[in-house]
This record gives sequence, structure tokens and C-alpha cells, in this order.
Amino acid sequence: MLARIKEFLGMETKPKEEASQQEVEKVAEEEKAKPRIGYIHLSGCTGDAMSLTENYDILAPLLTEMVDIVYGQTLADVWWGDENNPYAIDDMPEMDLALIEGSVCLQDEHSMKELQKAREKAGLVAAFGSCAATGCFTRYSRGGQQAQPNHESFVPIADVVKVDLAIPGCPPSPEIIAKSVVALINGDMDYLQPMMDLAGYTEACGCDLQLKVVNQALCIGCGTCAMACQTRALDMNSGRPELNEDRCVKCGICYIQCPRSSWPADRIEQDLGL
Amino acid sequence: MVLGKYKQITLARSTDKQIQNISQDGGIATGLLAFALDEKIIDGAVVAGPSDEMWKPEPTVALTADEIMAAAGTKYTLCPNNWMIKEAVRQYGLEKVGVVTIPCQTMGLRKMQSYPFGTRFMADKIALIVGICCTENFSFESLKTFIEAKAGVNFDLVEKMDIGKGKFWVYTQDGTINFPIKETHGYEQNGCKVCLDLVSELSDISTGSIGAPDDWSAVEVRTDAGDTVFSKAVDAGLIETKPIDEGKFGLEMLTRLARQKKEKAMKEIDRRKELGLPVPYKASSEKEDPLANI
Ligand SMILES: Cc1cc2nc3c(=O)[nH]c(=O)nc-3n(C[C@H](O)[C@H](O)[C@H](O)COP(=O)(O)OP(=O)(O)OC[C@H]3O[C@@H](n4cnc5c(N)ncnc54)[C@H](O)[C@@H]3O)c2cc1C
Ligand code: SF4
Ligand code: SF4
Ligand code: SF4
Repeated sequence: MLARIKEFLGMETKPKEEASQQEVEKVAEEEKAKPRIGYIHLSGCTGDAMSLTENYDILAPLLTEMVDIVYGQTLADVWWGDENNPYAIDDMPEMDLALIEGSVCLQDEHSMKELQKAREKAGLVAAFGSCAATGCFTRYSRGGQQAQPNHESFVPIADVVKVDLAIPGCPPSPEIIAKSVVALINGDMDYLQPMMDLAGYTEACGCDLQLKVVNQALCIGCGTCAMACQTRALDMNSGRPELNEDRCVKCGICYIQCPRSSWPADRIEQDLGL
Repeated sequence: MVLGKYKQITLARSTDKQIQNISQDGGIATGLLAFALDEKIIDGAVVAGPSDEMWKPEPTVALTADEIMAAAGTKYTLCPNNWMIKEAVRQYGLEKVGVVTIPCQTMGLRKMQSYPFGTRFMADKIALIVGICCTENFSFESLKTFIEAKAGVNFDLVEKMDIGKGKFWVYTQDGTINFPIKETHGYEQNGCKVCLDLVSELSDISTGSIGAPDDWSAVEVRTDAGDTVFSKAVDAGLIETKPIDEGKFGLEMLTRLARQKKEKAMKEIDRRKELGLPVPYKASSEKEDPLANI
């Protein structure tokens, strides 16, 4: 996998500090083949793409100079199956990276096809946002609703195709998106390793804290989980996380941010210059 | 390097009489945060403040020096300070947050800063992490049990607790009681048994009592942010320093205890791994430096 990404992006591993404006500019200046990125929107709320666009400072160079958006209904108005589009008629283009937002509905023929096609055409497939990575709140779907009552079964994209990396979050923060994209362009695989590991984390829930941390004699009551939960489904009670299931969207962020679920120490020190 | 990376290690204490009276050791945590607030290096701090119950701390966003002072003194029980960072940023709208953290909390914050998956625009709001040393922590009920049952002291009458010189000390108005720290064994939080960090290795500046005489603190200045606030506070005369004793009761002891904690934790990490239990750290066979916090 590592070799493949580097090959695709034509870059050497070059660990770098935080995604800063200078960093982005520097990367933009260097003459190299821009990675071709596709953005595929399945069953999600577009929050992940919105979060991407919150990188105001670096958005313009990011989208225009650093990468080529070769496919994407939301970001580039290029869509497979759109007869009026000269690119799309032939086929979905080859991509170095496909960012896939949203879970996939097993009953939605078009989504299934688009996802499978993306896997075929993309060197790397990234589950972008928690819906794509863990199913997130679409896990609660039971069908029987307009506009298509038969659309019932929504699953993380890794249930259907092989996923290379996951950037979970509901939505993922603007910073993690910028840092991931810059790391990809730099071929900084060390930084992306946790994202590659997360590609297999598809069944997430706030109760993972109890099952995988507290039950495993690992919880130390630091409160990082409750800080990270984006829906405020977590409280701390007697130094342990307490889940309000009614608020939990199964995004997995609490467990992912817990210092006792994984501890990529080398990378953290390097990244933050500690 | 069992004490983590640092630019400088020194003894220090707050020169403010009021802070000296209420603080646990040299009043570095309280003194530095109050100074940083005054200097506008931070615009608020997350501390272990008082709650309705004696000795049960509550993570609190402090906006004034008085509120920072109200949190002085060590409470030997869980206080999930990281949780309140969100409150400080979202509810209070702070742009530059200071925070006091024990080593595991420092780790949670640094992981969040490096991998901010779900924490939108929070990482850059943390301006100063004052780490404190920690050997172990206790649930509130555990603490209560051994204070009331072992020391035989009514919890509400306790004025200060301290761990030092191999003993757990309980200070009340009527006198001081101590019992060997060994007697707390079996009550400490289980997650602490795999903790490899005594001195908050990843903080901006860290402080503890080990290696320092009474009422002084040993301080490790680690990052530029830590260095700035510390040197300014020293220049302003709010913190005084003196060199740490290199010998048996100074640096040597601090180093020995840090190493001991790591060796003990590595044994437990290896044991759990052999049992097939999950641990986020590497086994000793998997890492170059068996004592590194990874
Ligand atoms: C559970 C625990 C175990 C410790 N074990 C050791 C040890 O083995 N060796 C050692 O040298 N030092 C240890 N310390 C640190 C030590 O007791 C002092 O807190 C430290 O030296 C700072 O002293 P000070 O006078 O500078 O702090 P002060 O000015 O008195 O301020 C103390 C600060 O600590 C914070 N605090 C208090 N209780 C907690 C808590 N439960 N969780 C998080 N923050 C808290 C408060 O917010 C306050 O800001 C421990 C601290 C804790 C909380
Ligand atoms: S982040 Fe992990 S270790 Fe910290 S309180 Fe939550 S579950 Fe416990
Ligand atoms: S508790 Fe919060 S962070 Fe954890 S899975 Fe549920 S919604 Fe996500
Ligand atoms: S020993 Fe380690 S894990 Fe336990 S409370 Fe202290 S810093 Fe946290």
C-alpha cells in the first residue's frame, strides 16, 4: 500500500510539521504531477465537503494548484452518468484518490455502481467522514420513508469495497482534512498510518468506550472522549464516560480520540515539534 | 530519557505568600497560570476546581486569578480536565486556553492536537499545558475508603493530602496522620498500571514535588511556550528558582522514580499483551528504548 501511494503521487516520504499556509504554498510551488482527486457523494449530508471548504486560508491553492479535482458533483460539477458532460459520457476518469462521502445504500443501484466504479478507477479509496467510515447516523435507518421508502440498508463503504484509509468525523475537522491532504501530497505515510488503521473500524458506537477501554482496564478518566464527542452524547461520571445513547450517532470519534485506543507517540511528537 | 525532553530542569516556587499558603508544593501550577492570565498569554484556564463535595474536584473553566487559586492543592482522585476544554472553547469562547493536566491527560490533548478528527478548531486554542507529575490516581470511593478506614479520619475534616517519602499523608486541624503508600495498593486505578509517564513528558512545562525540598517544586521547561511563560514569571519576580540538587534527593531520585514507574508499567504491558488483552503501547520487544512512552 505504502509503495503504491508513493508511486501514485510520485513522492518520497518526507515527514513534515503541521499543515500550515507556507507548507501548502511550498507544495504548490514545487513542480510535480498534481494528484487527481475525485469526490464521490453517497448517503451523507455534505457536511464533510463543507468542512473541507472551511480551510479558507488554503482552499484556493489547495483546490486549484495542488490537486486536480477530476470528478465530483459537489466540488467540480463533473458527474458520471451525466449525459451532458463530455467527460462523464465515456467513463469515470482515472483518479489517484477517491474521497467518498456518505455510507452506501444497498438498495440504491446508482450509488452501488458509482462506488464500485470508483474503486476500479481510483488508486486509493478514502472513507471521508464518519458516514462512509462507520455508517454514522445512517446506521439508524430502517427505510419506509420518502423519497424512496425502499432505501433501507445503509452500510459503511468498506462493507462493499476495499477501503485504503478513513478520515472519520461528523464531520471531520477542517484541520484534519487539510493535514491529511498535505500528508498525501507529501507522501508522508507515517502521518497517515492511523487513518489506514482506521479503515477497518466500521462498527463504531459510544459504547466502545465501555467495551474496549473501561472493560479492558485501560480507562484513566482523562475526559478526552467527552471533549471530542460532536453531539455531546458523553458525560463524565465518577471519572468514567457515561453515554446518552439517544444522542449517539455512532461516529466513532470518542474512541478514536481516546489516548488509550491508540497512541502514535512518535508521530505526535514529530508533528507537534515536541 | 526517562524524564522526556526538556530545555531546563530547576527547582522553583511561587514568591506570592497567598499562593504559597494554599498550594500543594511550590505553587507553580497556580502561580504560572495566574501570571499567564495576567499577561494575557491565556484568557482562561481549565483547572481541577472545587465541587459541592469536599475533595471531589470538578473540571472548571477559571476566568480569574481567584478561580485559579480556588483550585490549588492536589486532589488525589479523577478529574477529567480534558472534557472542559470543549466548554472553554465553545461555551466560553476562549481563544487561548491554559490547562493543568496529569500525564495521561497531556497525552489525550497532544493526540487531539496532532490528529484532530472531530475537534473542529480546538487544537489551536490550547496555549499552555502545565503538566503535573503523577504516579497513580484513585477513584473517589477508593480515596474515601482508605482515608476513612485506613487513616481513620473523617473525610470532611481533612485539610490536605500528600504523597511523599513513601507515605500517604493526611493533614487535619488536629494533626497529621500517615500510612505507608503500600497500603493504598489495590485501590489505585487499574489503567494507571500501564502508564509510562511520571512527569507529563509532552507538556509545555511540568512540575512535581519529587526531587524538591518541602514547599519547592521541580520544574521541567519543555517547549517554547513553556519557556516564554516561565522566564517571564521569573523575570517579574513571581517565581524564584534555585538549581536542583543532582544527588540522591534531587535529580537522582526523580530519575529513579520515573524509571521505576516505567519498568513496572512495561512488565504489566508485556503481561497483558501475552494474555491477548488490548494495550495501546508497544511491547518491550517491539521498541528500541524499552522505557519510551510509546
Ligand atoms: C492524582 C495525582 C497524583 C500525583 N502524584 C504525584 C507524584 O507521585 N509525585 C509528584 O511529584 N507529584 C505528584 N502529583 C502532583 C503534585 O501533587 C502537585 O499537584 C504538583 O507538584 C503541583 O504542585 P503546585 O504547588 O505547583 O500546584 P498547585 O499550585 O497547588 O496547583 C495544583 C493544580 O493541580 C490541579 N489538580 C489538582 N488535583 C487534580 C487532579 N486530580 N487532576 C488534575 N489536576 C488536578 C489543580 O487544578 C491545580 O491547578 C500528583 C497529582 C495528582 C493530581
Ligand atoms: S478518553 Fe478513553 S481513557 Fe479518557 S476518559 Fe474517555 S474512555 Fe477513559
Ligand atoms: S458518543 Fe459521541 S463521539 Fe462517540 S460514537 Fe456516539 S456520537 Fe460519536
Ligand atoms: S498514573 Fe498515569 S494513567 Fe494514572 S492518573 Fe497518573 S498519569 Fe494518568
